[in-house]
Amino acid sequence: MSSKFFENPVIKWVEYRMPVFTFLDHSLGSSYPTPKNLNYWWNFGSLAGLVLVIMIVSGIVLAMNYTPHVDYAFESVERIMRDVNYGWLIRYIHMNGGSAFFICVYIHLFRGMYFGSYKEPRELLWILGVFILLAMMATAFMGYVLPWGQMSFWGATVITNLFSAIPFVGDSIVTLLWGGFSVDNPTLNRFFALHYLLPFVIVGLVVFHIWALHMHRSNNPLGVDVKGPEDMIPFHPYYTVKDLFGMGVFMVLFMFFVFYAPNFFGEPDNYIKANPMVTPPHIVPEWYFLPYYAILRAFTTDFFLFQIVSLGGFLMDAKLAGVLAMFASILLLLLLPWLDRSKVRSNRFRPINLWFFWIFFIDCIFLGYIGGKPAEGSFIIMGQIATTYYFAHIVILIPLISILERPKPIPESISSAVTSAGH
Amino acid sequence: MSDTANPAAGVSDEEEKSRRDFLIVATSVVGGLGTALAVWPFVHSMNPAKDTLAMSTTEVDLEPIEEGQSITVTWQGKPVFVRNRTADEIEVARSVKTADMIDPESDEDRVQKDEWLIMVGVCTHLGCIPLGQKASEPKGDYNGWFCPCHGSHYDTSGRIRKGPAPKNLPVPAYQFLDDTTVKIG
Repeated sequence: MSSKFFENPVIKWVEYRMPVFTFLDHSLGSSYPTPKNLNYWWNFGSLAGLVLVIMIVSGIVLAMNYTPHVDYAFESVERIMRDVNYGWLIRYIHMNGGSAFFICVYIHLFRGMYFGSYKEPRELLWILGVFILLAMMATAFMGYVLPWGQMSFWGATVITNLFSAIPFVGDSIVTLLWGGFSVDNPTLNRFFALHYLLPFVIVGLVVFHIWALHMHRSNNPLGVDVKGPEDMIPFHPYYTVKDLFGMGVFMVLFMFFVFYAPNFFGEPDNYIKANPMVTPPHIVPEWYFLPYYAILRAFTTDFFLFQIVSLGGFLMDAKLAGVLAMFASILLLLLLPWLDRSKVRSNRFRPINLWFFWIFFIDCIFLGYIGGKPAEGSFIIMGQIATTYYFAHIVILIPLISILERPKPIPESISSAVTSAGH
Repeated sequence: MSDTANPAAGVSDEEEKSRRDFLIVATSVVGGLGTALAVWPFVHSMNPAKDTLAMSTTEVDLEPIEEGQSITVTWQGKPVFVRNRTADEIEVARSVKTADMIDPESDEDRVQKDEWLIMVGVCTHLGCIPLGQKASEPKGDYNGWFCPCHGSHYDTSGRIRKGPAPKNLPVPAYQFLDDTTVKIG
């Protein structure tokens, strides 16, 4: 912000009492220096923030017309679609916003992995990001239950039953989660209350995430620390404009789905009202949970990884092992800053790790594919191989490569990478 | 008032210090314990309410169920399978060795009357409802029930024989009120 702005008497009056404009200026204004070489992969943080706002706004309006009762929930959603003014638009925005949120956050996460953004001194920033992902998953799961369709009901049944795998107290915990003896009205009521609460928890976590970001500022594609003012440009106008441009492109894509393919990411079965007496033949979670679902289902008694972790079935049964593996697949990310011992952040200078990054990426996509297929025949074996690679990559390959690999020479600074290349 | 904090009033520094330590520890313990106990009503409010608990039994008329037929009744919001088993099914369920099963249990322990198999029709893996109640549905490799969600096979006694489920289909508490009426719960 210009100095002229701060000379305005009204601004001065506010600033003297609460320096909110200075705070903004230092947070995302011209007084926030940012590495000058950020590429478009750095747009997805602000895009995720935009989607969070879209979700909260559309969600609050939907809540005004939704009834959290097993007898009315499905009908109230249909009423939103048919009778409420622009209800169809707002619901489709909210429905597709869930998918858009996960797309942005997954790209953001893989960006962080590719360029080593999780490394010292940004470990807490990364950990807060994993917490945001977990909170998002809980929110999305409970939101999906609210329309009370067949997938809502049976998804809720399968996922809450995961907790019954916990030894001794499992069944009591499931009863506590349900507030009854099956997924029923008390369950729907509490899921609605929590689905309304959790987005604001996410907002709180995002504030901490950004606080941690501003401590050591953004990483950059070269992964080298900024050495001085010559490596930086002010956030405003350079990155405010770049972020806004990204938001424009994003909105075109997003609204394409909202208007022309609103049910692309959804399951047709969820337009059938929940029936506790009939399980759909093929239960699948939303696409963003498919890789974890594949990991959950990979654990059968004859899976060698299960035989190892359970000491031949001695420690736990296959169900508990699957549940633990599913949670571990995300919680292990918390340890990434310490599992990766390489001092070099960016994969641009890590020739071997680069290859394995892409193998890991493909493995995650493949797990998603398997998660959407029925658990039978060769899909089981392929899921088990992909699950094994997932854990082997994080626990064995990342530490091993980081010790054995010889990185390429890294540039002295962001500026010298450009100047010494003959520009 | 300030006397107690004043060493000149006959209380030494040492004594004063240990007294304060005691007060801090005692206050923290009582306060902490009280807060921890106050959590319970909030947690317990999420457990099944009294009206939910009140709807906990179901009576079933067995008269119309012929040999080889099954019906599904609702008990506590869950399906309960009631099957009038054929002599053949009982024979198969009893002749098999239980030792090699995932959850070993003899058929005799799972029924009160040989022909009436009554059990909760919820897969012990992740809570789907197994198929096999109707003649047209798949019954799995053991001619009992088959859960389509993750492929668990149950036999004619509702015991898990193959697949990811860890336990047999649970037998609820029930009693025969007379020859043709049973009360579940």
